[in-house]
Formats: sequence, structure tokens, C-alpha cells
Amino acid sequence: MDDFLAARLQMAFSLGFHIIFACIGMVMPFFMSVAHFYWLKTKNVVYRDVTKAWSRGVAIFFATGAVSGTVLSFELGLLWPKFMEHAGPIFGMPFSLEGTAFFIEAIALGFYLYGWDKINAWFHWATGVVVGISGLLSGILVVAANSWMNSPSGFDYINGEYLNIDPIKAMFNDAWFSQALHMCIAAFVSTGFAVAGVHALMILRGRNVQFHHKAFKIAAIFGTVAACLQPLSGDISAKDIAKRQPEKLAAMEAHFHTERNAPLIIGGIPDTANSRVDYAIKIPGLLSFMATGDFNGEVKGLDQVPKEDRPPVAITHYAFQIMVGLGMAMVLISVLYFIALWKKKSWMESKWLMKLFVIAIPMGFIALEAGWTVTEVGRQPWIIRGIMRTADAVTPMPGIAYSFYLFTAVYISLSIIVSLLLYRQITMVGKLYDSTAKDSEL
Amino acid sequence: MIYVVIVFLWTSILLYILLGGADFGAGIIELLTSKTNKPKTRKTMYKAIGPIWEANHMWLIIAIVILFVGFPKIYTTISVYLHIPLVCMLLGIIARGTAFVFRNYDAVKDDMQKIYTPIFVYSSLITPFFLGIIAASSVSGQIDPQASDFLSAYVFSWLNWFSVAVGIFTVSICGFLATIFIIGQTDNDGDRQHFVGKAKRTIFIVMFCGALVFIAAHVEQIPIVDWIFGDTPGLIAIIAASISLIFMWYALNKDQPISLRLLAGFQVTMILFAATYTHFPDIVLLKGGANLSLLTHQGQAKTIASLGYALLIGSIFILPALGYLIYIFQQKR
Ligand code: HDD
Ligand code: HEM
Ligand code: HEM
Repeated sequence: MDDFLAARLQMAFSLGFHIIFACIGMVMPFFMSVAHFYWLKTKNVVYRDVTKAWSRGVAIFFATGAVSGTVLSFELGLLWPKFMEHAGPIFGMPFSLEGTAFFIEAIALGFYLYGWDKINAWFHWATGVVVGISGLLSGILVVAANSWMNSPSGFDYINGEYLNIDPIKAMFNDAWFSQALHMCIAAFVSTGFAVAGVHALMILRGRNVQFHHKAFKIAAIFGTVAACLQPLSGDISAKDIAKRQPEKLAAMEAHFHTERNAPLIIGGIPDTANSRVDYAIKIPGLLSFMATGDFNGEVKGLDQVPKEDRPPVAITHYAFQIMVGLGMAMVLISVLYFIALWKKKSWMESKWLMKLFVIAIPMGFIALEAGWTVTEVGRQPWIIRGIMRTADAVTPMPGIAYSFYLFTAVYISLSIIVSLLLYRQITMVGKLYDSTAKDSEL
Repeated sequence: MIYVVIVFLWTSILLYILLGGADFGAGIIELLTSKTNKPKTRKTMYKAIGPIWEANHMWLIIAIVILFVGFPKIYTTISVYLHIPLVCMLLGIIARGTAFVFRNYDAVKDDMQKIYTPIFVYSSLITPFFLGIIAASSVSGQIDPQASDFLSAYVFSWLNWFSVAVGIFTVSICGFLATIFIIGQTDNDGDRQHFVGKAKRTIFIVMFCGALVFIAAHVEQIPIVDWIFGDTPGLIAIIAASISLIFMWYALNKDQPISLRLLAGFQVTMILFAATYTHFPDIVLLKGGANLSLLTHQGQAKTIASLGYALLIGSIFILPALGYLIYIFQQKR
């Protein structure tokens, strides 16, 4: 494998791995805090059990998230030294603030996990909330760094030099808001659906039903509300990139020719050589409307971009379809769930709704990975859009392929162990956590 | 502002060695403990370190962030030429962090423990070893930006007797810190005696490994003697550290865990001080003498200023909270 490809793949794998743990670390503390709140208010032990069970899971995810994040902060230099040499001082501001957020998160988590019955009950609860808020903040901050790569600002690029650096301006670049918003909601969607689905599965199996019902409801409400907000935020993102990165929008939509009243293309097989899409469903005017708010607006196509600056169309297009498709599927499930909550209480008892949630377990995370693929691959061939090419940023060290194999092996083994651990946590709920169950230890 | 940033960089490295080091040491000690004493060591250690282990490792991240934001040239030079030991260290960090949590949080305690535990103890050994190698290599003058072949650019930049000796020395320091730390965590006399005995033995090991560093430096013709003894503050630091060993011996016999910890912290601080002072502001020495200096290779003024403010503001939040965390869990052991 050639070193440049290996470096890109290693970066992608490491981030793709980290993001899962990061999202769970951002969102689970909120679920826990809600359950914990009900426990302190109602003194219903089931809520305490749910909180404790979840906090175990969080500890596992948090540790994995922390080590994979540590690896990333080195990998940026190990794989992309030329990039970091110039970008570090410019987009470093969010990273230095993020350090603080991580630190607070780690400290608060120490209080939270080890503080049961040791510190004041409400102070203990508050530390859980702090874990969540600082996690969310760190997420927003890293995304600000990433969005700077999409929309570089806060410096003047003159004759290959980076002058007049303004780190604050770089942090609040044009892409920052839409990306951070979309990311935060995505974290809630993916974690909410995954957690709700797992508890739904246990309800279907008839195990510790009271426990799982309470857990399910908390996760499902977070997940479904977020799922309904996601398309709105996605729309903001789409309008945003129509302005800031038209070539990315064109690649997402496999939109080869600049035109007015541009159709929205669903599915299909992009044929880059001949600049057309085969077997696609086309909805006239909709792309123009989504990008500009006007059915007759002009949408730039790939023909406006020099050949060597075009992002890979097929990957970006498929990834975008996957994200939106799954997003819509989750909106549908959410609507059914709301109907069940308010109008048709009987649906709650029926199996099919729970089954839908079980099917949806991986959907959010797949959409999340797909969305990042859209953003990152759609930025290619640039690492800093319009300023530095990815190929120019890669490390001169040969043999990166081996490092790629090594890290891939590590990440695969970690995923297996984490899944095993999680499986055990879930199947042991009856024994370890559910104090209302007959076989309880507590 | 640049000095604020440098102080933060130095302090985070120091705290990583002290807190993270004690943490790595816990695994190393477990490796060197006889089978019968293993459960005892492990339990005492877990109680002591559990709540703060995550925070201990944040210091490394802070140091890295300071480097890449404030001193990008230094960060990238290290990343390029010390790629291999960095990857080894990262693998150690991954293995250790995850194994620590897995073995304490697995819902079922079964044969999987037999997998987690060796991973944990061996990675506790590997990580500080490579950390030492990286630190030593950055000052050993073997990094050669002009090198044209793979071996001299990416391997001999770090593979030499001096770096290896410093790696071993770092491991011994971690073990030393952990034994000193654990003395204060024991809750009965028998255990305490056991760990005091261990601490005395580790002191000799550390001195032995320190001697190895000097020998290796001599072999590699690295003028470490000149660096440390040729310069008054460095010399004073080393003498102070040696004198404090005498107090330490006394404190070990008298069972004063708090002064023990302070003394151990003092010694390590002095060693780091002596090792860095002579070179300041250079922190990466290259072959041919084109050194990278914290002062000449700093980022632009605005970057350094905002980094400095971010660190200052951050520490207002972090330090009290961290102090309180440690306080609470020391109180209610
Ligand atoms: C649960 C995950 C999830 C779901 C259901 C959706 N997205 Fe998304 N999307 C992401 C998760 C995500 C993401 C992984 O979080 C990305 C990558 C970078 C970012 O800011 O968010 C993203 C990026 C992203 C971008 C590119 C932004 C950029 O490069 O700045 C657009 C245009 C959309 N999304 C649009 C949508 C639309 C119209 C959706 C309709 C349902 C949608 N997304 C659902
Ligand atoms: C966590 C979510 C993220 C995922 C899943 C992700 C995914 C990817 C993928 C798929 C690539 C390879 C693109 C290609 O070469 O075709 C990539 C590249 C890269 N990403 Fe991201 N990314 C994420 C977030 C970030 C963030 C937050 C940053 C930095 C602040 C970042 C920095 C980079 C860099 C430096 C590269 C290599 C250069 C490049 O290929 O452009 N990424 N990422
Ligand atoms: C979109 C991408 C990313 C998001 C949303 C994100 C978010 C997070 C969150 C919430 C955590 C806390 C750990 C947890 O709760 O599990 C975390 C950990 C971490 N992340 Fe990321 N991250 C992203 C990408 C990156 C990148 C590109 C880097 C490095 C340059 C990075 C470095 C770290 C580090 C060092 C930690 C460990 C902090 C600790 O010990 O608490 N992250 N990340």
C-alpha cells in the first residue's frame, strides 16, 4: 500500500474509532443525570440502579475515548507534520481550550464514579452534569478545529507564508457554527438510538422489564427529539456549504453541471468519466431550493472546479445518501414513538415498536460515520481548503503502511473487547444492578 | 507571555512524570511483586489511583497541545524523527489505559482477567521506557535532518545506549514514585513494613540505573557530566536531591508518609530541573548543532498570547477542582 494512502486511512480509522467513544462520552452523562435526578427526587431504587449500570458503561467508554484521543493528538504530527507545522499555531486555540474542558471532565468523572455515598448527594449529581457539559464543550471545540480546515480564516496567506495570525478569528470560522450544531445533535441521535435499542432488546426478551423500561424511555426521548431536529440542522449545513464549499456540495449530490432549477439526485451510480449519474431518482428543483432557498437558484456544479481540485464524487455521494437515508428512517421511528406516547398508548405494549428500535441500534452511528466521510472526503484534495494539499502534508517517513496495519489491528481488538464487556454488563443487569429482581445481590 | 507558556509546559511535563509516573509505577511494581503479595498491591493501588488516574494522564495531553500550538516546529521535528518510539509509546498508552479499566469494570471476573493483567503490567513498563527514550533522544544530538537513508534518519535518531539507559532510568523512577506513594495508602502495619522494605530496595535500583545513564552517556560521548556539573544551578539541584535522600531514609524508618511523598517529588523535580536547565531554551538538539529553541522557534505573538491566556484561565478552573478531588479521596479512604 502506498504510504500516502496508508496515512489517510490510518487517520480515518483513528478518528472513526474515536468519534464513537467521544459521542457516547458526550451524551451518556446526560442520560445518567436524568436517571440520577429521578432517583434523588422519587427515591425509586430502579432509577438508582439504572444510573449505576450506565455509569459503569460510561467508565469503559470514557477510558477508551481518552486513550484514542491521546493517540490522535500525536497522530496529527506523526502523519501530517507539514500541516501541523503551519496549522498548529492557527487552529490551536480550540485545542488549548479543549485541554481545560477534558481536564474538568476527567476530574468531574472521578468525583462521579467514585463519589457514591462519599460526598453530598446533590453535589454528586452536579458533578455528573459537569461531566456532560464539559464533554459537549470539548466536542464543540474540536469540531471548531476541523471546521477551520474546511473554511480557513484568521490569517493572511501571502507567498506561501501564514501571516497576521488571529487564533480567535480562526476558531470562529464560517463553518464553525453549522458543523458544531450538527455534530452535537448527531451525538444525541446516535447514542440515544443505540442505548434505547439495547434496552428495547432486553424488554423484548422479558428480562428485568421494569429496569429496562425506565432506561429505554430516557434514552428514547433524547434520541427521538434529536432525530427530529437533525434534518433542520442538516439543512443549515447544506445551505452553508453551498456558499463556502460548492465543490463539496456538488460531490455530495453528484451534481456535475452548473444549472438553475437543479434536481435533487437520490441514489444512482455517478459516472465521473462521463459526468453523469445513472439510475438515479431526480426531483426537479429541489437541490436549488435546498442550497439557495429558491427553486430557480443557481447551483454550481463540478464543471466549475478544475479537474485536479475535484473531490472524489462516488464516495462522497454514497456517504451522503447513507446519512440522509438513515436520518430520515430515524425521523420516521421517532414520529411513530411520539404517536405512541401521546395518542396510542397501546402501541407501547406491542412488539413491533420495540423491534423497530432494535433495528435502529446501529443506524445513528452509521449515519455519523457517513456524515464525517462526507465532510472529510468532500474536502479532498485539500487538507486546508484552498491552501494546502493533503499530499503535501504527509510525513516523509516511509513505511506508514505498517503503522496502519498495526493500529488497525489494535482498534479491531479493542472493539471486540469493548463489545464483549458491554454484552456482559447488559446480561448481568439482573445480578449486578437490578435490586428489584429476585436474584439480586444488592 | 512566552515564559508563562514555557512554565506551563515544564510543569505539565513534571506533573506527568510525578503523577503519571506513580501510576505507571503501580503496574511495574505489580510485575515485580511475588504472587502472594499481588492482590494486596493491586487493591491498595487501585484504591489510591482509581479516582484520579484519568486526570493524571491529562498532563501529557496538555504538554502536547502546548507544543503543537506554541512550538510547532519542535512538535513536528520530534514527530517526524522519533516516529517509531512515539508509536511504541502510544501503543503502550492504549494498552494500559484500556486494560486498567477493563479489569476493574468487567462485570464478570473470570479468565479474561488473565489477559488484562499482563497487558496492564507490561504496558506499564513499556510506556515510560519509550517516554524516557523520546526525552533522551531529543537532547542526545542524534536527530539528523540531513540524513538520507531510513536507518540514520528514523532509527539511529533514537536507538543508542544513552537513550536506552534513560528509558530504563525513567522506568525505575516510576517504580520508585509508586512505592513511596503506596506507603501512605496502606491501612495496616504489616503492609506498611512490606512496602517500606520495597521502597528502600527501589532507591538502590534508581541509583544504579542513574549510574547506567552516566556510563551510557560516556560511551556515546554525550557530555552529560559537563551539562550537570558544569553549571551552578544544575549542580545545586543534584546536590539538594542527594541530601534529601538522607532525609528520605529517615522518613522511611519513622513512617512519615506525607514527608516521604514531598521528598520524592522534590527529588524528581530536581532531576528534571538539572536535566533541562543547562539547555534552556534549547529543547531539541540536532546533529550538527542546529538546535531548536523554545525562544526562537515559538509561534507568532498572538498565538502565544492566546495560548498563555487559555492556560491561565484553564488553571483557575482545574487546579482547585483537582486539589479538592485528591483531598476528598485521601480523607475518606
Ligand atoms: C446521527 C448522525 C447524522 C444524521 C442522522 C444526519 N447527519 Fe449530517 N452529518 C453528521 C451526522 C448526521 C456528522 C457526522 O455529524 C457530520 C459530519 C461533520 C459535521 O459537522 O456533521 C455531518 C455532516 C453533514 C453535512 C456536511 C457539513 C459540512 O461539511 O460542513 C451536511 C450538508 C449534512 N450533514 C446534512 C444532513 C442532512 C440534510 C440530514 C438529514 C437527515 C443529516 N445530515 C442527517
Ligand atoms: C471524528 C470525526 C471524524 C472523522 C470520522 C473523520 C474522518 C476522516 C476521514 C475519512 C479522512 C480521510 C479523508 C481522505 O483522505 O479521503 C480524514 C482525514 C483527516 N481528518 Fe478527519 N474526521 C473527523 C474529524 C476530524 C477532526 C475533528 C480533525 C481535526 C481537528 C480532523 C483532521 C483530519 C486530518 C488532519 C485528516 C488528514 C488529511 C486529509 O485527508 O484531509 N478530522 N478524516
Ligand atoms: C469530531 C471529532 C471529535 C469529537 C466530537 C471529540 C470529542 C471528544 C470527547 C467528548 C472526549 C471526551 C472523552 C470521552 O468522554 O469519552 C474526547 C476525548 C479526547 N479527544 Fe476527542 N473528539 C474529536 C476528535 C478529536 C481529535 C481530532 C483529537 C486530537 C487532535 C482529539 C483528542 C482527544 C483527546 C486527547 C481526548 C482525551 C481527553 C481525556 O482524557 O478526557 N479528539 N474527544
